[in-house]
Amino acid sequence: MSKKAQKANPSSAALRQQAAEQVYQNMQQSQKPPSHLLRNCFNAFWTGGLICLLAQGVQEILLRQGFNLENVGAPTSAVMILLAVILTMLGVYDHISQLAGAGSAVPITGFANSVSSAALEYRSEGLVLGVGGNMFKVAGPVIVFGAAAAFVVSIVTALYYSLGGGAL
Amino acid sequence: MSVMQAGRQTWLFAPAPLLLGSAAVVGKREGAGPLAEDFDVIHKDNYLGQKSFEAAEQKMLEEACNLAVRHAGLGRDEVDLHFSGDLLNQITSSSFTARSLGLPYLGIFGACSTFAEGQALAALAVASGAAQQALSSTSSHTNAAEKQFRYPNEYGAQKNETTQITVTGAGAAVIGQMARKTELRPVKITSATIGKVVDLNVTDPFNMGAAMAPAACACLLAHFKERQVPPDYYDLILTGDLGRVGSPLLQELLLKEGLFLPDKQLNDSGKMIFSDEPKNLAGGSGCGCIAATACGHIRRQMAAGNLRRVLLIATGALLSPLSVQQKESIPGIAHAVSWEVE
Repeated sequence: MSKKAQKANPSSAALRQQAAEQVYQNMQQSQKPPSHLLRNCFNAFWTGGLICLLAQGVQEILLRQGFNLENVGAPTSAVMILLAVILTMLGVYDHISQLAGAGSAVPITGFANSVSSAALEYRSEGLVLGVGGNMFKVAGPVIVFGAAAAFVVSIVTALYYSLGGGAL
Repeated sequence: MSVMQAGRQTWLFAPAPLLLGSAAVVGKREGAGPLAEDFDVIHKDNYLGQKSFEAAEQKMLEEACNLAVRHAGLGRDEVDLHFSGDLLNQITSSSFTARSLGLPYLGIFGACSTFAEGQALAALAVASGAAQQALSSTSSHTNAAEKQFRYPNEYGAQKNETTQITVTGAGAAVIGQMARKTELRPVKITSATIGKVVDLNVTDPFNMGAAMAPAACACLLAHFKERQVPPDYYDLILTGDLGRVGSPLLQELLLKEGLFLPDKQLNDSGKMIFSDEPKNLAGGSGCGCIAATACGHIRRQMAAGNLRRVLLIATGALLSPLSVQQKESIPGIAHAVSWEVE
């Protein structure tokens, strides 16, 4: 197409850009490295399981120290959180996560890591605006949408019972 | 006048300004990589004894600038102009470095393409007679960049294979018309091509190599066309930080345009600076990537006579954390500078 014709038809430049984008998308797709979905799932499965096994071990120890099944949950979580924070502080947790993926992100240790890593990171900006302001930068959305989801679920449950639903 | 415009985007310098001195300062990971021997300073501590990563980056840049001036055999008061840029918000590393150097300073931002942008501007200033000697410098710091652009450093996000690792490094070079020290093979900056922004709608900030490859392709084609040299003119065409994902894409894009560049002629700093172990993911990125590679490794290779003509194409992804969250695509840019020895 001559330059004059291109000028006369303003949409042709946009069309060519669109075509170039599409060609490039295809090229990227064909060269994309494999996503390792199965491998990641497997690693997440056994590492996540291992963390839960560790927590079970902690719980067993606590049960022998005089806790009962009613109240052992909170101290067990606290111990796991402490462990995760220590590992984050030592700079180890992110290396574990590179292998474990969801395996180390989903348990409570992942939450502890997201909060403590942000707190560490923003220490250089001071205690209030740095640590205080940024501590929940990563974990904040989890809390917000966790609370919002709990609200919705409670309303649905309440409606179910008030409409005469049987025991679930 | 010793600058000539060739075509629209290319500047030819004749007589060509000389690279009087350069320095590369890097961090631990780079110091453990394949190019370790060619860096002037390797820091084992990513904090460099400073209180924050940002202060560490500034310190590294300062060190590189001072070393480059010393390597050029000059005093700081003999440098007339300082171009510098980096990745941090409002390019503070550069401006704070300029504060302590006390040179007439122009801050520039071209994301990871800043190195070539600074080189081109410094060469232009010297060639046009606006400065006797000009300093161009740039830096990046992996932890500072991670903090600004991605997640907290210790946060356990699983990084995929297309992710590149920001190089902790600073590179500085002094460009001047007259060499103070007589060198066996002085490096000349013979031409520069200023690139255009190219955006092919890549939106994944963890795949910046792919976002920048089209810009590199456009810049390279413009350079060859306007400088009117054959593709095999250069011993090495070194792209900035396309990494292991972007480099093959560039090669394929060039093929589509009818330009074949073999693997040994076309290389990438992001691939060179780290070994290709899986822990290094898709390779290095950041301003410091090509800066440290060129000012350290390439310069030494040219001095040793192993390379005679090198085209450096620094590539930048012009995104911000905000633009990514607002779902904007990532515009890419690339500038080229040619280094030659007789």
